[in-house]
Amino acid sequence: MEGHSTYQPKSKVARWFESRLPLVGLVHSSAIAYPVPKNLNYFWTFGAILTLMLVVQILSGVVLAMHYTAYAPVSFARVEHIMRDVDFGWLIRYIHANGASMFFIAVYIHMFRGMYYGSYKAPREVLWILGVIIYLLMMATAFMGYVLPWGQMSYWGATVITNLFSAIPIVGETIVQWLWGGYSVGDPTLNRFFSLHYLLPFMIAGVVILHIWALHHVGQNNPDGIDVKSVAKDTVPFTPYATIKDVFAMVVFLLFFSWFIFYAPNYMGHPDNYIPANPLSTPAHIVPEWYFLPFYAILRSIPDKLGGVICMFGAIAVLAFLPWLDTSRVRSAKYRPLFRQFFWIFSIVAVGLGYLGSQPAEGGYVIASRIFTAYYFVHFLVILPLLGFIEKPKPLPASIADAVLAKNGGAGGATVVAGASAPQTKG
Amino acid sequence: MAHAETPQTTRRDFLYIATGAVGAVGVAGMVWPFVAQLQPDASVLALSTTEVDLAPIAEGQIVTAQWRGKPIFIFNRAPKDVEAARAVPLKDLIDPQSDQDRVKAGHDNWLVVIGICTHLGCVPIGHQGNYDGWFCPCHGSQYDSSGRVRVGPAPLNLPVPPYTFTSDTKITIG
Ligand code: HEM
Ligand code: FES
Repeated sequence: MEGHSTYQPKSKVARWFESRLPLVGLVHSSAIAYPVPKNLNYFWTFGAILTLMLVVQILSGVVLAMHYTAYAPVSFARVEHIMRDVDFGWLIRYIHANGASMFFIAVYIHMFRGMYYGSYKAPREVLWILGVIIYLLMMATAFMGYVLPWGQMSYWGATVITNLFSAIPIVGETIVQWLWGGYSVGDPTLNRFFSLHYLLPFMIAGVVILHIWALHHVGQNNPDGIDVKSVAKDTVPFTPYATIKDVFAMVVFLLFFSWFIFYAPNYMGHPDNYIPANPLSTPAHIVPEWYFLPFYAILRSIPDKLGGVICMFGAIAVLAFLPWLDTSRVRSAKYRPLFRQFFWIFSIVAVGLGYLGSQPAEGGYVIASRIFTAYYFVHFLVILPLLGFIEKPKPLPASIADAVLAKNGGAGGATVVAGASAPQTKG
Repeated sequence: MAHAETPQTTRRDFLYIATGAVGAVGVAGMVWPFVAQLQPDASVLALSTTEVDLAPIAEGQIVTAQWRGKPIFIFNRAPKDVEAARAVPLKDLIDPQSDQDRVKAGHDNWLVVIGICTHLGCVPIGHQGNYDGWFCPCHGSQYDSSGRVRVGPAPLNLPVPPYTFTSDTKITIG
């Protein structure tokens, strides 16, 4: 699907440069001439939105770092200094703090999009796994960033999460001390987290490049989950079609983002993080940032320390195996009547786990968390593998062009039996 | 032919392996400092001992001291707390240990423990929970009046730090 570059340098200088480094040609083939399936919907704009959010986080973060100091006795005050003394410091901090939440909103939509339309299936397994790696790096980055303002939630969040590693038999305690650089979370921890918080976003940028490379090598999936058969009939060039659609979606997303920055900047934060860190007193009700809540609920639902940690990491790791756990040859849920229902049940369970993670670990909440946790794993390990054998998919359209015409009331309804145009062999 | 080549090939193989081995040792030697720098450093290790005066601590009161950056709970237990801790059969405990093994003989009312939940490290709250001891606000573990875990997810009792009575009303932790 790689669009061969049709770029022809016009000026002499451009020709000279292109024959030495074909950079403009690369940009041309991947962002201008690149063929995009005709039937993409707005869920396909979240990749562009995510790229935008990465840039927003890096720009606002680098500016914050100019005014911030990673030293336990002063870090809390330095963040307040950014808020009160630095011109527009409040704006930049609220962009960065809310930007992290927006980043996760976008990534969750992006991931559920992939699950609904079967974007992880052959030949996109590597593309999907690179996505899982980005998601892991994002979680590590956001976790370490949240420690930097050195409030109560920063401190106790860092304590609980680093202590997860103490569940590892024999070497656990040592690993935790090495993460801390001490016997508890303290100044050495804060310093190394700042260093890594600065580094990881650039590693994310690196993996994003691989992710896009893999994408452009195999081509985009689409709402009908069928392959492009004819570039001329099934696709449109990236520019102007996808470019303008992406820009429009980004603007709408920025409006949503701005509403939080200007009208509810602390809505997604926790008030306890405006209390300076106190190593001698844990807040009565500690919760992680909202984007970690489902995994936190899984951790707490298991009454055994090591078991809880294994399930929590397992819940993320299982995503990487999704391409092989889903045995159906049809990609899109549009043509998978049973899968579509299970997808929605799974979505409700995932959001439900998030809600349970925000509630205290007692009584009915614990029981509900256990049921939901069990369902989470059953979905991936039992339901998805079996569905491929049980389900009778609906007939797939013969081509993307046919699907588009059929949708627009045309009669181009030539269909083929499901599976006949199945993706490349599993591998 | 084969005869002429064999010694040469062997010699080259040896050089490859020897070079590789020297390189691997060099890399390992360079990696170690980058890993070891993560350990608690000398300034952290230097915070070795803490002295606490017990005289002002009333019966039934829990105070929190600090040792190596960690909270230490010092609990002046009332006789009923000691009795309750000693009345429990060991087989009912998650991490069986007798109360006598957790205090200094002759100072049985004094319980000194590291105030860090053995689950994921929160500081439990005193005089809460169902066992006259502590309740952890993070994930609901409960400890009794001997600092032993009675309700999970915490797997272990609150550890007793190394300490000695330097007089009847003074202890040195560490
Ligand atoms: C993947 C991109 C990033 C994410 C998801 C992220 C996330 C976060 C989060 C959640 C916070 C805590 C905000 C608060 O509650 O105050 C934070 C703080 C901070 N971040 Fe980032 N960050 C990213 C990139 C960066 C970069 C590239 C830098 C550059 C050095 C940076 C520098 C900082 C600084 C100095 C703070 C402390 C100031 C503050 O708390 O507002 N961040 N980050
Ligand atoms: S940290 Fe105390 S129960 Fe989890």
